[in-house]
Amino acid sequence: MKKFQRSFLPALVFLMAAPADAGPSGKIYVTNEKSSTITVLENMTYKVIRSFKTCKRPRGIHFSKDRSQFYVGCADDNVIVIYDTATAKLVRRIRGIEEPETFDLSPDGKTLYVSNEEDAAVSFVDVETGRVFAEVELGEEPEGVQVTADGSTVYVASEAANIVHVIDTATAEIRADILVGTRPRRFALTPDEKELWVSAELAGQVDIIDTATNRTIGDIVFLPTGFRRNEVTPVDILMTGDGKTVFVALGRANHVAVVDVASRKVRDYILVGKRPWGLAFSRDEKILYVANGLSDDLTIIDAVSLKVVKSVAVGMVPYGILVDD
Amino acid sequence: MRNLAIVVLAAVAMSLAAPTSRAAELTTVTVGYLEITDDPRYEEKRAYARIRVKPHDRPLPGAEMAIRESRILGRVLKMKFRLEWATGKTAAALASEVERMSADGVRYFLVDANASVLGALATATKGRNLFLFNISEPSDALRAGGCRAQLMHTLPSYAMMTDALAQVLIANKWRQVLVLKGPLADDAAFAQAFQVSAKRFGVRVTATRDFVLGNDPRERGKNNIRLMTAEDDYDVVFVADTEGAFGRYVPYQTNRPRPVIGTEGLIAEAWHWSWEHHGAPQLNQRFEKRAKRRMTGPDWAAWVAVKAIVESIVRTKSADFKTVRAYLQGDRMTLDGYKGTPSSFRPWDNQLRQPILLRTHNAVIQRAPLKGFLHPTENMDTLGFDRADKKCRLE
Repeated sequence: MKKFQRSFLPALVFLMAAPADAGPSGKIYVTNEKSSTITVLENMTYKVIRSFKTCKRPRGIHFSKDRSQFYVGCADDNVIVIYDTATAKLVRRIRGIEEPETFDLSPDGKTLYVSNEEDAAVSFVDVETGRVFAEVELGEEPEGVQVTADGSTVYVASEAANIVHVIDTATAEIRADILVGTRPRRFALTPDEKELWVSAELAGQVDIIDTATNRTIGDIVFLPTGFRRNEVTPVDILMTGDGKTVFVALGRANHVAVVDVASRKVRDYILVGKRPWGLAFSRDEKILYVANGLSDDLTIIDAVSLKVVKSVAVGMVPYGILVDD
Repeated sequence: MRNLAIVVLAAVAMSLAAPTSRAAELTTVTVGYLEITDDPRYEEKRAYARIRVKPHDRPLPGAEMAIRESRILGRVLKMKFRLEWATGKTAAALASEVERMSADGVRYFLVDANASVLGALATATKGRNLFLFNISEPSDALRAGGCRAQLMHTLPSYAMMTDALAQVLIANKWRQVLVLKGPLADDAAFAQAFQVSAKRFGVRVTATRDFVLGNDPRERGKNNIRLMTAEDDYDVVFVADTEGAFGRYVPYQTNRPRPVIGTEGLIAEAWHWSWEHHGAPQLNQRFEKRAKRRMTGPDWAAWVAVKAIVESIVRTKSADFKTVRAYLQGDRMTLDGYKGTPSSFRPWDNQLRQPILLRTHNAVIQRAPLKGFLHPTENMDTLGFDRADKKCRLE
């Protein structure tokens, strides 16, 4: 009997671990803010496999450290829901998070830094217990959250206050407040973490912050042909792993800008759907996915040739994209 | 000689140190908030059986909310923003409040009053280094002949609202309009603004009829909606009833199946609680939590006026009035009004340029300027008096 148990146990462990070891699921998950659904697409073919109801007003979506699970923040339910990446089955819920919008995960995978839009605060949430163990008061409507690779610092943008807050994660104290352009939204850090890029939606630009001095050292203005400055409202911003290229979703201007990081020059504008917001790469960064908030679809772009491959209808007001390829 | 150099150096050091030590203290910026006691515009005008036809709430919570929102910015600048509320029965009483507060260094005043009070207050403070913000009066006259250098307007004018409506008519190819006009001066002003907009955008007013509220059969040509809408054909009925007691009966009673716009049906406004883009849900929720009611156009105008003051101080990092004034009135102003397009003040008449929401009782149908209405420099200037109209020449 004992012998049997011993031989059975490793087999059981193997079985349980199977999905994680089986590699990526080849699925693309999209949160739809207004229909409160998640659309699941098949990678490569970009076909919609299914769509399922989730919590109300889902927005931010993020992998766990080992990518076996993903987190979805729902503003109207005050909840972060955890799903199994392979099966999209609900694992559990972290309740009582006031209006989560976007969030980032600490490098050790243990802490979620969540911006609480309504409370003007960022919450430090223990993923394991679901407990909020620290909260920092910020400007109105915090949005983008970015943790540094060493986990020591978290940057949070306050949309209504036009401030980027620099927060020490160890002490949960604000180290600096940096004034930026009107309505700061999302971040990208250069691989060396010397520059923090932040989109300023109503200023129609991206501000570049020197992380050593916490000062803005430059900005990039976007003007696709035929648009005026106040029609360009950049939101999501995504940098390639080599730190050479940045993609910026230009909101009402219906384009994605391609920026050369070294020269800070706009290389190209790619026409996409209406009001592009969310951006995501495939793992090899050869495909760029764009969530278009006002045309309820996803634009799929070949990130090498910068040509649009396809556009796919998803749910109402798509917000975040997660690619498990 | 050497000693002198040391003395000079010490003096320089001291003068450098002075601002730093002052910055360490908290600078308080006070925004005055003035209103007319027993302002007839806020009388509870209830229709029959205590039915509230139009919201008549003071916009004070809008200003209070913006002050609260400024606290983190204040932390960055080591400044504290506060509101000082005062009330008076007449324009003269408000002028003496301005006098009293400006003696204490107050430079910014939100004024919740009608056109005649605003005009008198602007005259009393002519040439002074201060700002008055009109937050609740849409009168076109204040943006034309009655415009003043220190009088800023954050609420849209009647002209901006009727231009927005005219754009909707043109976009829908509804070019023939029957106008029903009430007996009040504001009704006439609103109908007049629409006449100008109609001409400007190519809409034809087929007839203008005066209405009265009542059941007198001898006056049925003025109180019977079916009769008033029986003749001719028209695409749309435009109602100018700023009080709303008559207008609420117009939809579904017109003799022809035609939509209603103006003060009823499709309404042009600075703000509406049902607006759901550009961060509006957050603003609406914040407001409702605070005021226990829904946010209106004047609430928004009061809120955005305080935002404009705070933004100008933050961007100039200055408490010096002239520096702040130059920024506030300048073209670098990028004010976030939660309507998707950054706002700034028109230099020719001090009106805040802004998108206008076109809404029904529970939805925003369009945001003006509508797509396709273009302007050589700024599409928002297709709404209201443009520079070339030369109604007011502050520049």
